[in-house]
Amino acid sequence: MSILVIAEHDNAGLKASTLNTVAAAQKIGGEVHILVAGSGCAVVAAAAAKVVGVAKVKLADAAQYADQTAENVAALVVANAAGYTHILAAATGAGKNMLPRVAALLDVAQISEITAVESPDTFVRPTYAGNAMATVKSSDSVKVITVRTTGFDAVASEGGNAATEPVAPAADLGLSKVTGREIAKSARPELAAAKVIVSGGRGMGSGEKYHQLLEPLADKLNAALGASRAAVDAGFVPNDYQVGQTGKIVAPQLYFAIGISGAIQHLAGMKDSKVIVAINKDPDAPIFQVADYGLVADLFQAVPELVTELG
Amino acid sequence: MRTADLKILVPVKRVVDYNVKVRVKADGTGVDLANVKMSMNPFDEIAIEEAVRLREAGVATEVIAVSCGVTACQETLRTAMAIGADRAILVESDVDLQPLAVAKLIKAVAEKEQPQIVIFGKQAIDDDANQTGQMFAALMGWPQAAFASKVVVADGAATVTREIDGGAETLAFKLPCVITTDLRLNEPRYATLPNIMKAKKKQLDTLKPADLGVDVAPRLTTLKVTEPPKRGAGVKVADVKELVAKLKNEAKVI
Repeated sequence: MSILVIAEHDNAGLKASTLNTVAAAQKIGGEVHILVAGSGCAVVAAAAAKVVGVAKVKLADAAQYADQTAENVAALVVANAAGYTHILAAATGAGKNMLPRVAALLDVAQISEITAVESPDTFVRPTYAGNAMATVKSSDSVKVITVRTTGFDAVASEGGNAATEPVAPAADLGLSKVTGREIAKSARPELAAAKVIVSGGRGMGSGEKYHQLLEPLADKLNAALGASRAAVDAGFVPNDYQVGQTGKIVAPQLYFAIGISGAIQHLAGMKDSKVIVAINKDPDAPIFQVADYGLVADLFQAVPELVTELG
Repeated sequence: MRTADLKILVPVKRVVDYNVKVRVKADGTGVDLANVKMSMNPFDEIAIEEAVRLREAGVATEVIAVSCGVTACQETLRTAMAIGADRAILVESDVDLQPLAVAKLIKAVAEKEQPQIVIFGKQAIDDDANQTGQMFAALMGWPQAAFASKVVVADGAATVTREIDGGAETLAFKLPCVITTDLRLNEPRYATLPNIMKAKKKQLDTLKPADLGVDVAPRLTTLKVTEPPKRGAGVKVADVKELVAKLKNEAKVI
């Protein structure tokens, strides 16, 4: 068996999600290769070569991969698929966008967001917002898989010494063009990789209150900021703050749910967190059923108090 | 291409209503769907709404809803027509239709109908696969804009803003294309009673996968379905002081 992991990166650095994907590949077993598709991304290939457990890095460095459009990257993966029994990518926005194209072009199923490996052809994945865990067996010759990063502990990013070999770029399909990209600049840790997350819900009342109350708390804890879908729908914060079934799936050491009632679809995104703290004035809010520590209180008083208490 | 004949195809899925808390069956074969409320997948409602808005804006001329599945999917298609789809197609099958099979069925329908835009929901809230739109785009060799939050169509081209990790990006491409909807794209209208009545009279054609020459055999077999590990409720703390003390001394996370 040999496994191709598609690197997630921004041409400047390898994203941590790749380390979780490699961990899943190691659970499957066999030789693990990483494909880096980008432009001016030699530094990424160098980082990938150091990842523990990686046998080979394949580097496609060409202008048409600068923006990593799904169409061009999928075509490249398909062109390099021969000989691999498994093709894996992280179940992040980037992986979910691109990998189904690979599966369709190879005429195989995709197994989405696996959280465990039972055997080389059998995997566990959440369905119904994580309320039903399905064990599925694939009958396809190649298994195309996205990996839920919270299901697999990252492998070490340093210690490996894989050879890097260049691969020929596939033709530029020229199907779409990225005309703009706005990445929110933040000094805070990334939501998907943060050890502590402070999330606010509709109970915050407004975007202004959300920032005014939660930022000092996040600052104290070096936390990422998140939100419930209700808070996103109400326009308090942008969509990329959303934690939940259809947003980001997170599993930090410590998760604060503040003014969040605990809808099924929100719980789906955070219930694997190690420690959950809920602050809500409604003692019957469902969030308290999953919280390790619940505080029934007016968040507008409790949160500033918490910031003070943390010193 | 004249905008005068711009068709939009919108695949819709019948799923367990998003308010239902599903229960895993005791025998581990799946979730209990008996007497459970079924509705249109919420992301597909957003897709229908976007298509109808494009027609109302004079950009598109016809909106066709298509669903693949059991006979009862007719209800979902009626809902799509009550929101504003002009007509509907049911590809009827009792087989467990997986995303690749659905992508192939939609491809066969698209080859007949020749739409310029196909708008999918980004994921269905039952299998949470998030695949079908991208698979269809690949099978057609079309560009895709997955997880769209803003769509502008003019002069045979589209500009779509889409949600990406950590922000947003804008894609530009020529039609035909695939768009998959994210939450922020729009807020679907409620179907009014007169529109629900009108939808009953709209055209609904039924096809079978065999009519379309598509093999829909499942590629994945579900061996078992289990409940996720239960997370027990913890304790209520009296005040902020106690909370901080517990986090420091008991959980040791700060």
